[in-house]
Amino acid sequence: MTNLTLLVVIPLLTALAVLLCQNSKQIRWVSFVGSLIQLGLSVGLLFSYLAERAAGNASQMLFEFKYSWYKAFNIEYFVGVDGISVTMILLTAVVVFAGILISWKIETLTKEFFFLLLLLSVGAYGFFISLDLFTLFFFLEIAVIPKFLLIAIWGSGKKEYSAMKLALMLMGGSSLVLIGILATYFHTDTGGGVHTFNLLEIAKQHISLDTQKLIFPFLFVGFGVFTALFPFHTWVPDGHSSAPTAASMFLAGISMKLGGYGCLRVATYLMPEAAHYYSWLIILLATIAIIYGAFATLMQKDLKYINAYSSVSHCGFIILGIGMLTKVAIIGAVMQMVSHGLMTALFFGVIGMIYDRTHTRQVELLGGLLKVIPFVGVVYVIAGLCSLGLPGFSGFVAEMTVFVGSWQNPDTFSRVATILACASIVVTAVYILQATAKSVMGPITNTEYLKLTDATWTEKLASVTLILAILSIGLAPFWFTNLITNDTQLIMENIVRGLSSN
Amino acid sequence: MIEPLYIALIPLIPIISFLIIALIGRRYFPTWCGFLGTLSLFTSFILSAAVAYRYFFEIGKVEGVYQKIIALKYAWLQFTPDLSIDMGLLLDPISVMMIVIVTFISLMVHVYSLGYMKGDARISTYFSFLSLFTFSMLGLVLASNIFMMYIFWELVGVSSFLLIGYYYDKPSAVAASKKAFIVTRFADLGFLIGILVLSYYTGSLDFGIIIERSTDPAFSGSLAAVSFMGLSALTWGVLLVFIGGAGKSAMFPLHIWLPDAMEGPTPVSALIHAATMVVAGVYIVARLFPVFSLACPGSLDVVAYVGIFSSLFAAIIACTQTDIKRVLAYSTISQIGFMMFALGVSGYGGEQGLGYMGSMFHLFTHSIFKALLFLGAGSVIHYVHSNEMKDMGGLRKLMPITHLTFLLACLAIAGIPPFAGFFSKEEILLAAWNSNKLVYYLAIITATLTAFYMFRLYFSIFWNKTFSPKQLEGHVNGETHKLHEAPGTMLFPLIILGLLSVVAGFVPFGKFVSSDGLALSNELHLSFSVVPVLLAIVGIIMAFSFYQKENAAPKKLATGLKGFYTSAYHKFYIDEVYLFITHKLVFNLIGRPAAWIDKNVVDGSMNGIAALTGSISSLIKGLQSGKLQDYTLYFFSGLIGFVLLIIYLWT
Repeated sequence: MTNLTLLVVIPLLTALAVLLCQNSKQIRWVSFVGSLIQLGLSVGLLFSYLAERAAGNASQMLFEFKYSWYKAFNIEYFVGVDGISVTMILLTAVVVFAGILISWKIETLTKEFFFLLLLLSVGAYGFFISLDLFTLFFFLEIAVIPKFLLIAIWGSGKKEYSAMKLALMLMGGSSLVLIGILATYFHTDTGGGVHTFNLLEIAKQHISLDTQKLIFPFLFVGFGVFTALFPFHTWVPDGHSSAPTAASMFLAGISMKLGGYGCLRVATYLMPEAAHYYSWLIILLATIAIIYGAFATLMQKDLKYINAYSSVSHCGFIILGIGMLTKVAIIGAVMQMVSHGLMTALFFGVIGMIYDRTHTRQVELLGGLLKVIPFVGVVYVIAGLCSLGLPGFSGFVAEMTVFVGSWQNPDTFSRVATILACASIVVTAVYILQATAKSVMGPITNTEYLKLTDATWTEKLASVTLILAILSIGLAPFWFTNLITNDTQLIMENIVRGLSSN
Repeated sequence: MIEPLYIALIPLIPIISFLIIALIGRRYFPTWCGFLGTLSLFTSFILSAAVAYRYFFEIGKVEGVYQKIIALKYAWLQFTPDLSIDMGLLLDPISVMMIVIVTFISLMVHVYSLGYMKGDARISTYFSFLSLFTFSMLGLVLASNIFMMYIFWELVGVSSFLLIGYYYDKPSAVAASKKAFIVTRFADLGFLIGILVLSYYTGSLDFGIIIERSTDPAFSGSLAAVSFMGLSALTWGVLLVFIGGAGKSAMFPLHIWLPDAMEGPTPVSALIHAATMVVAGVYIVARLFPVFSLACPGSLDVVAYVGIFSSLFAAIIACTQTDIKRVLAYSTISQIGFMMFALGVSGYGGEQGLGYMGSMFHLFTHSIFKALLFLGAGSVIHYVHSNEMKDMGGLRKLMPITHLTFLLACLAIAGIPPFAGFFSKEEILLAAWNSNKLVYYLAIITATLTAFYMFRLYFSIFWNKTFSPKQLEGHVNGETHKLHEAPGTMLFPLIILGLLSVVAGFVPFGKFVSSDGLALSNELHLSFSVVPVLLAIVGIIMAFSFYQKENAAPKKLATGLKGFYTSAYHKFYIDEVYLFITHKLVFNLIGRPAAWIDKNVVDGSMNGIAALTGSISSLIKGLQSGKLQDYTLYFFSGLIGFVLLIIYLWT
């Protein structure tokens, strides 16, 4: 029997072990080994999950574990996973592993830095395995606070402003989530007036449409802030560009996915009728984010800002997929979460490598990097190609699945939204190629660059791990869709049931 | 049945070679990468030839009709039970013909590159990209599923991007690669939406099922009912797909990337931008031809007019260009225009399908002589180290083999019997004559211009003014090096292609490839051929009188047609129009406002909320001064207030 709690305990123990270390070398290696074990566990989880399913276990969640945490309010530590959470856990493990490797050269307050990074990952793992709304919220908060410190202490540029902005906006989002969760709680009844936070229980209950209409916006917008829902996306550019490399990777790779996952697992799953009722608004906001994010990216001059704005655009696909409420579109949304997480982590990682060497992120000042630091240059090109949705990389299958799923809604409004979303891939190509052509290709702009040294082994390992993960989805998407199709089916059934009962 | 493995190996061998070169070869045996690539292509070619033989002569034909054979099919990404992206291998006359062309031209280019790229520091990268391209192109032509074709379509685009930008430290090459990718991406948007439309209304992504359902009267009756702006949904679908095809095939107005793409190494231009990738647009129309022809009336007219217009337009520009590769690029656009309008004027089945057959025939012959022209031009550029006509002249004695093969190719493209281009062009002209006279007249004007500008090119390079070898040496940046005809690895492909340019026209093409799989005779109608051939000869004679010897006539003509000449020389300012639209309109009217609004309005309101909170709290913070006197004052004033309130309520 697989114990999911290990997924939370291992990073926590690693974080504590980091506190006991004597020097930065020990800290690095302890974190590295911890994250490697975690990666191993996550892959192990994937295989035991597949084995369990192959053995015919058809229950919705596997490896469930329940412990009553606070009887009076019926709060439980209740964990379990389905295919969707397994993919999220794998994503987290890969990004954390790569993030630790990329941060190898951090020399200021090393101990605190790695401690906070690992603490963040505890929050993310806990969030993805929680099936109790209160526990879920608890872990969500753990994943927010350390970011403030990471940016404010190790950041660059206007870091205090960005850290404050990010923390306030995300806290704002999570307070909306809290209101939504509590409101949901008080509308449940498991008999005898006992309320429940149990996600699976709530899904079975029927909350009236009017109540759903009230609660849903809190949950969806609250989680939406995390995943850069327009117009609550403005923390993204500032937050990312000020954050240290590994924190950017976490932020874009994992934190933004907490939001997408929450929108799907909590808001849409529990409030299907409201999701349907507000679907036009979700689609509208997502389409705005996609198009407007893409055009705003065109004008950016800083590599990190480019990637941050493009994240707004790409995360729009997640929201769009969820808002379309077709099975294929939701599968696409989940794929896009994982794909964007990996791709953007790679992108921020390689931007960090460039910045560490050239001490600039201004596209205008860079040039010819492919010649002097070929490994870094090639990784940048690969990240760019993945971002613009080249077949073979994960971005392509994710986007195409969202498009095909969205096209199944035959009304004109969805059609227009889908066409606009499709059109964004052209704009993506423009801004990616602009940046790549100027900074990585072209003539060398600065003779100082001739002295640069290429990627270190940690940077190489981090990049290769992320690229392999991207390719594993991009080249063989069938394993990924097989993993999550059934769970999406269950979510869809809940939506359909909700709609037909009204 | 053909063993599916052998067919699968045709695209797989190049991708394996790509992986080996890119991951291992580049570091450990860079000098052998070229041979590895060439060897793998040779194997692929042999397999393709074997498959073609088996298909055309042994198993393809059932009761006189060539069948579509799905050799392999694997559900790669299953959306719904009906809708999936399959990785499949489809064999039919056109795909079999294409794998032979692609592997053969690619092999020739590989061999040629061994000589041409010799000494280049990144030669292993070059060969890995060539392998990647060949793989993608083979995947494209073998695709059994329209989405699979889209996948390889994009991969072809990116390989082309990588190869155009091969000299990545040269800003013009980087700009050209970027332009090529973005313009074709823009067109691919049409393709993508077209796929979505087609798949929605036919319920499948499989070529076979799409064609079957959309041409089934029972099924298409319901489809025709769904209309948008006067056209049926299906017609919109195929027209959108055609936009994608027009982008790849550089049809007007999406042709602007192709001339710039000449920044890539010349063998690459021969492979990608002449013989294989650019005909992908023709190929997709041919692949969906029954849908265009039977289910979407009117769509083929669009194809025909776009084709003939691009053809004439590019031919006019080609007459004014001075960069020899650009002349060839415009000539490619013009010739692809021929293939396009041939499909456009064609009908489906039997004699009606003459245009279809002619189009595919021309695709076949064109790939041979156009690759030869590019490789010959490469040999010339290799020799004089310049792309400009003014740096060339009198080379016929210095490079006899290049000269002779180039001449053969020029005769072929001009449509002089008995060279290859004559036969295919005649079929196309006949098809145009039978169905649309306007297209026919424009086409023979284009054909005349073709003969003129090709021989303008030929005479300018090999005749005209004569440079002494000493003078030519002077062009090489002061370095003296011994002038010599190209090495054997470069001459060998020239000779082979030159021979094929002579004989390829004698293939009884209609027996193998036709719109419905039935044999179609491609006998010549000699009386019909007289006019086009005479016109071609007129074109050649004009070129001869203008360019055989250096004289003032071309200049006089140019001044005579001043306005027209200048605008043709500047490619009719299409590039400038695009620059205006993208840089001035899109960037300034959409991009900048979006960035501005984000910074000032959306983010501004977030900051505004923060500022508001801050100012409210600073307003009320004075109340909590910490002074005991103040608090006492508040306490008593509150007390008095309450007392007054109670008294007021009481009374």
